[in-house]
Amino acid sequence: MGVAVGLSGFAFGVTSAGSGLTLLQTCALSLLVFTGASQFALVGALAAGGNPFTAAAGAFFLGVRNAFYGLRLSQLLALPRAVRPFAAQWVIDETTAVTLAQPTRRGARIGFTVTGASLYVLWNLTTFLGALGAKALGDTDAWGLDAAGPAVFLALLAPMLKTATERAVAALAVLLGLGLLPVLPAGVPVLAAALAAPAVLYLTGRRAARARDDGREQRARDGAQEARDARGARDVREEDR
Amino acid sequence: MNVWIAVAVTAVGCYAVKLAGLLVPAGVLERPLVRRLAALLPVALLAALTAQQTFADGHTLVLDARAAGLGAAAVALVLRAPFLLVVAAAVVVTAGVRAMGG
Repeated sequence: MGVAVGLSGFAFGVTSAGSGLTLLQTCALSLLVFTGASQFALVGALAAGGNPFTAAAGAFFLGVRNAFYGLRLSQLLALPRAVRPFAAQWVIDETTAVTLAQPTRRGARIGFTVTGASLYVLWNLTTFLGALGAKALGDTDAWGLDAAGPAVFLALLAPMLKTATERAVAALAVLLGLGLLPVLPAGVPVLAAALAAPAVLYLTGRRAARARDDGREQRARDGAQEARDARGARDVREEDR
Repeated sequence: MNVWIAVAVTAVGCYAVKLAGLLVPAGVLERPLVRRLAALLPVALLAALTAQQTFADGHTLVLDARAAGLGAAAVALVLRAPFLLVVAAAVVVTAGVRAMGG
């Protein structure tokens, strides 16, 4: 996992520098934001000429998942309230995965601390090296490094596409993101594409509700039929008597 | 200056949601609809971002070397290659296609 994080840190440094951010801005992002997908999204949106607030909004929405990680971790780690503001910065995909895999509270606390600390150091170090390296490389596009960002996104996305619902959300988001690109200001199409999530959730919810209603009607019809059959059987028995 | 505003807003926002997860009582975020939405939101954002960073050039859609690179990454993912190899495949193929004048 360390190697993968190191490589994405390096790729982030290169991408960020290639997007026109200074070394200081690039390192500030890794130190202060410390959640990879949001950082990639932010520099991508800024490179496309996005307004700083729409760019930050996209990055923010990608970071919202960390709140749900924190929720599960807080029950598992049972940290004192005073420690939580310091632990919060390390609540990310990787630390959550390691912590949740520990069988005991002690193991979870050690896992969280060790993973958090080592990834924080590694991520920031490789970001710095990447940003420096980008300068040495000159034209980063010639090296194909502008493909690193979308490849990282795709690698993060692939394991999430487990059911038809997730695939439908992804497909709709791609259509919205690309379709609206020519007509909306930079950064806004991604936010519009985020609406694919509630839209698909609403549609699947309605379909589930309809299936339930159909089922209920079917049961009601079956029930009426059974009642008629029962009545018929009783009539037959009565006739026998 | 704009970049610093974006950096600051993102840093504050992302830290706030991380801290919120550790501080709020479990019941608030445990509603099934909220959980489903939180799981699907990254799917939508990542899909849109992948597509845009591959096919967008400013406000126009283009098909260039990046598409070949992303295709290589997709193949690597289907073959269950490690993360490192997926990103490397995208970078190498994109650079290769560009070098050939694509």
